Formats: sequence, C-alpha cells, structure tokens
Amino acid sequence: MADTTFTHSPATTDRGRRWVVLYLATTGLVLLLMMLAGLWMRLAQAGWVYTDPALFYQLMTVHGTGMVGIAALGGAAVLWHFLSAHVRLNSRVMGANFGLFLIGVVAILVADFPGRFGGAWTFLYPLPATSQGAWPAWAAALHLGGLLVIGVGFLIWCLELARGIIATYGGLGRGLGWHVLFGGSMRDVPPPTVVAATMVTIVTTLALIAGALVLVMSLINLAFPAVEINPLLAKNLIYFFGHTFINATIYMGVVAVYELLPRITDRPWKTTKVFLAAWTLSTTMVLIIFPHHLLMDFAMPVWAMAIGQVFSYVNSFPVLVVTGLGALAILHRSGIRWDLVSTLLLISMFGWMAGVIPAVVDATVVVNSVMHNTMWVPGHFHFYLLLGLLPMMFAVMIHLARGEDTRPQGSDLTALLYLLFGLGFVSMFLIGGWASVPRRWAEHLPEWQIWDQVASVMAVGVIALTTVFVAMFLVRTPAILREG
Amino acid sequence: MNVQTVSVLLSFILILALAAVFLRVRGLAHEGRDYAPVQGNAYRIRAFGFWFLILVGLPISIWLFRENPYTAEAAAPQVINVTGYQWYWELDQSEVAAGVPVEFRVTSADVNHGFGIYDAAGTLVAQTQAMPGYVNRLTHVFETPGTYQVLCLEYCGLVHHNMIAEIVVTEGGSDG
Repeated sequence: MADTTFTHSPATTDRGRRWVVLYLATTGLVLLLMMLAGLWMRLAQAGWVYTDPALFYQLMTVHGTGMVGIAALGGAAVLWHFLSAHVRLNSRVMGANFGLFLIGVVAILVADFPGRFGGAWTFLYPLPATSQGAWPAWAAALHLGGLLVIGVGFLIWCLELARGIIATYGGLGRGLGWHVLFGGSMRDVPPPTVVAATMVTIVTTLALIAGALVLVMSLINLAFPAVEINPLLAKNLIYFFGHTFINATIYMGVVAVYELLPRITDRPWKTTKVFLAAWTLSTTMVLIIFPHHLLMDFAMPVWAMAIGQVFSYVNSFPVLVVTGLGALAILHRSGIRWDLVSTLLLISMFGWMAGVIPAVVDATVVVNSVMHNTMWVPGHFHFYLLLGLLPMMFAVMIHLARGEDTRPQGSDLTALLYLLFGLGFVSMFLIGGWASVPRRWAEHLPEWQIWDQVASVMAVGVIALTTVFVAMFLVRTPAILREG
Repeated sequence: MNVQTVSVLLSFILILALAAVFLRVRGLAHEGRDYAPVQGNAYRIRAFGFWFLILVGLPISIWLFRENPYTAEAAAPQVINVTGYQWYWELDQSEVAAGVPVEFRVTSADVNHGFGIYDAAGTLVAQTQAMPGYVNRLTHVFETPGTYQVLCLEYCGLVHHNMIAEIVVTEGGSDG
C-alpha cells in the first residue's frame, strides 16, 4: 500500500514536563519496591524464605496492583511527554491524576497491610467480601475504593487527551486517521504518536468505565451483602477492564519507539495507510479479545470463546508486521552506533513481539485447557511487560536524563545484561507452565522449586540493573526540574 | 508429546527465530545505507508476513478451535458432581473407570475456584472454572489408571494452595 505522508516529530515542547518527570521518578521508585515484593514471592516459592501464606497473598495483591498502577503511570508520562508536542494539553490534569493516584495508593497500602486484604489485583467477585475472616470488610472496601479513586484520575487524564485530540484534529476518528484511511484525504494526517494516543484514549476510557462499574457494584455488595452480582458478569467486566487497561500501557509506551528511533537514525517513521489500518485494527481487537481470559468458563457463549481465540491471534498482526517490522526497518543498516537508549528501544520491540508468541499460544483453547492459570500466564505477561514496556520507559528516562540528546553515548552493556537476566527470569515462568505449576500458590511442591530458585537468581539481576537505570534518571531529576 | 511440550517448544523456537532476526539487524546497524531500498525490502517482507499469517496461520487457528471442551458429550456414562468450597473440594464420588468418558459437573458454593485435574506424574490434563451460580460441564476420558489429584487453579483466598482432592481411576471396561 502506498505511503501517505511523512511525519517527523520535532523535539518536544512539552507542557507539563515537571509532571512527566515526577511521574517517571515515582514509577521508578515504586517499580523497584514492587520488584522486591516479587522477588520475595519467588524466594518463598523457592523454599528459601519462609513466608506466612497470608503475607504472601498480601504481597501478591500489592505487587499486581502496584505493577499495573505504575505501568499506567509510567506509560502516561511517556505518552504525555511526546503527545504534548503535537496536541495542546492542560498540564493541571497531570497534577490532578497524580494527586488521585497518591490518595489511591495510600488507601490500598493501608487496606493491604494493616487491613490484611489479599484479594489479588483482579478482586474477583465475590472474593473481596468472602475471605473467611482473613481480612475485614473495611479493608476490602478501602482497597476497592483506592482502585476507584485511581481509576477516576486516569479517566480524567484520558478525557483530557480526548479533548486535546478533538480540538486539534477535529475528532477521534480523525485522530485515528480515518479521513486518510477511508476518505483518501491527504490533509491533517496525524503523526504516529497522535494515532497511538487516540487508540489509547478510546480503549482506556471504555476499560475504566467497565472497571468503575464493577468496583461500584462490589462496594455495594460489601455494604449490602444481600445485593448480589452475577459472578459471570462481574468476571467479564473485570477482565475487560484489566486486559484492556494493561495492554493500553504498552500502546502508551510504544510512542517512545515512534518518536526516538527517527531521531536516533535520522529516518522517518511514516504514517502510512497500513499503519493507520493496523492501529484501527488494534483499537477494535483489544476491546473484543478479552474472552481469552475466560476460556475455562464453559458457561460463556461459544461464539465469545471463538472470538477470544481467533481474534487474539489476529491481534498479533499489527504488533508483528507493522510496528515491530517498522522498528527493525528503521534500524537496519542505519549507520548508528548502539548505546543505552537505542539498545533499550530495540529490546523493547523484541520483548513485545516475542511476548506475543506465548500469549497467542495460551489463547488457543486446546492449550488453555492445560495451561490456563499455570505459571505460563505470568510468563507471557512478564515477557512483554518486563522486556517490552519497561525498556521503553527506561529509554525515555535516560533520554530525559541526557537532556534529550540523541547522539550515542557510552556503552549499552547494562541493557544487554538486563535482557539476559530478564529472559532467564521469564523463561522460568514459561517452563513452570510447561511443568503444570499453578500460578498464585504461596507454597510450591519440592519438584517445582528448581524453577523458582533459578528465577530468584535472575530476579536479583533484573532488580540490580533496574536500580542502575532508575538511579541514572533520579540523579538527574533535580537538574531536569530546574531546567524546566 | 503432550500439549504442554508442543507449546513450549513451538514458543521457544519462534522466540529464538525472532531473536535471530533482531541480532542480525543489530549486527548490521553500523552499516549506513540509503533508507529507500531498506524500506522497500521491509514492505515486501511485511506483505509476505501479512499474507502468511492470514493464509496459513488463520486457518490453523480456526481449525484448532474445533478442539474445544464446550460441547459436552451427551449422556456420559460416568458423572461426578463437584462443588468447590473455601478451601476443599466436595466430589460425590472419587472413583471412576479408565477409558470411559466422565462428566464433571463443577460449581462453587462460595467464590471462584479452578478445578484442575493432575495425573500421577503431576501434569495438568484438564480443567474448568468452578463459579458460584453456574455449573460447568467438563468431559474427560482418563486413559491411564492411577491416582489423580484435583488442584485449585483460581486464586480463592488464604488456603488456596492446599485445596487438593484425589480421584482414583481404576482399570476400565465397565460403564462405571
């Protein structure tokens, strides 16, 4: 298909830059704490550190909730930073979202530690209200309320993105480039970042509305137990929210690839009709494939399961053949010298594309029947979050720490080590899935613990290297803030 | 070779193949060439990849869906009613015959549980969710006699990891 236009973003004139830096600094610090919680869980499963199961499940709840939260916070920072060069945004919204985020975090920490809530980040109805005395109702309500507050903050943030895109481009359809894709227009062609932002705005808004709905329903159930929810409806709402929201964080982060690789290679990332079609496809697919989380709920309609399997496969096309291949093409024989930022961006594309493979495998019903809720599941999502999303965020942190200078600097050894430790870490999850090890078990059988032990060692390496990347950003944070 | 082994081998082979592509791009990135021919090649590869995924992968994905557990066999000779509780399983019988279909009618009395059947070697052979208010019907044929374990595969609270039951599978041949 023919190219439509060429778009090469200028250096950002970021409004809300201080908030972007604050978001990323918070992301880095919370990320390290959540990684330590994750390491603790792997050490407990390895049999190396005794941990009371109640504490294990509290840590599991905090780890899952915290990681999803900072994936969104860091992703939001990356997207805002680059989008604000194309679309005029009100930076006070970043402040409001950050304030609500902190309020929600405090509520969740109080609920999960003093309150002992351990209902997992998926808060699957009716578990929050049915703990057999493990945690009080107030703790469940505080945790769910905290999530709701955070969700409201991100909803406001999404609405501001929508407002900005509509004000600049005339509508969300035009933000997705439909006037080019379907109307043949060559005017106001949105750059890749705007297309991605529009997709994120649409799918995240819908996800947050579904999440808020099921949170409010669960809170009502906690207050009035006689008011029950259909468990299958609740599960659908939760997975529609959870699946869409966490996927959207990667679509937020990928704008770093769209924006930085052209500057590093001095080659353009073009908005082509294929690119626009891919993002429209992703917008649709991300919203409809969540039933792949419910393939073992046989009460679901069979057509929904078919969508869950077949369209999960189709959803891999845009990642594999458009964004992934586009990144490889822009780097191939580009004459660059690899440094930390460019290698992190390369790793991020590998992690995202490779992580799609076990995800699609697991979304196949015949596989899901013997892999669902085994370690295979955290294997696939750690793959594309640890090796896809996080390197995108680290690349932006270091890019900012370097004053947005894209000339190659120094060695990329730490990025390569991060890749190796990360691969070792996620492979142990996948091998655990192959060995039928259930996920979310506080205690593991002795024959499973070899995988946990190797994973623990790998996790130490991942955490050490993450500390290096975050520290590189944090030491420069005061100077970045002073520079404005 | 069981489904798990096929899945892990297929995944690792494809990931390694992808890694090889990335390593090649990384290794050749220092060579400076005009972008136009590189981009032209990329477009050709993209077109090939797209049509390969459509013409080969999509039919496979659709064909594989035929292998689904949703259409339970009518009138299975053996039926076990299963109810999940925090934190134990209640099975109205725990002995079945090998080689004869068993229909598990699985529900929950409280929260969501996961009814996972493990063989004597510790390999997961079948599963369904146990959800309050719904009965999921899972039909399974035990090929090998022995003692199987039922493990909970959906997080259900503090003793989730100890929610284990046993099913004894005897030599087949009868209608159970």
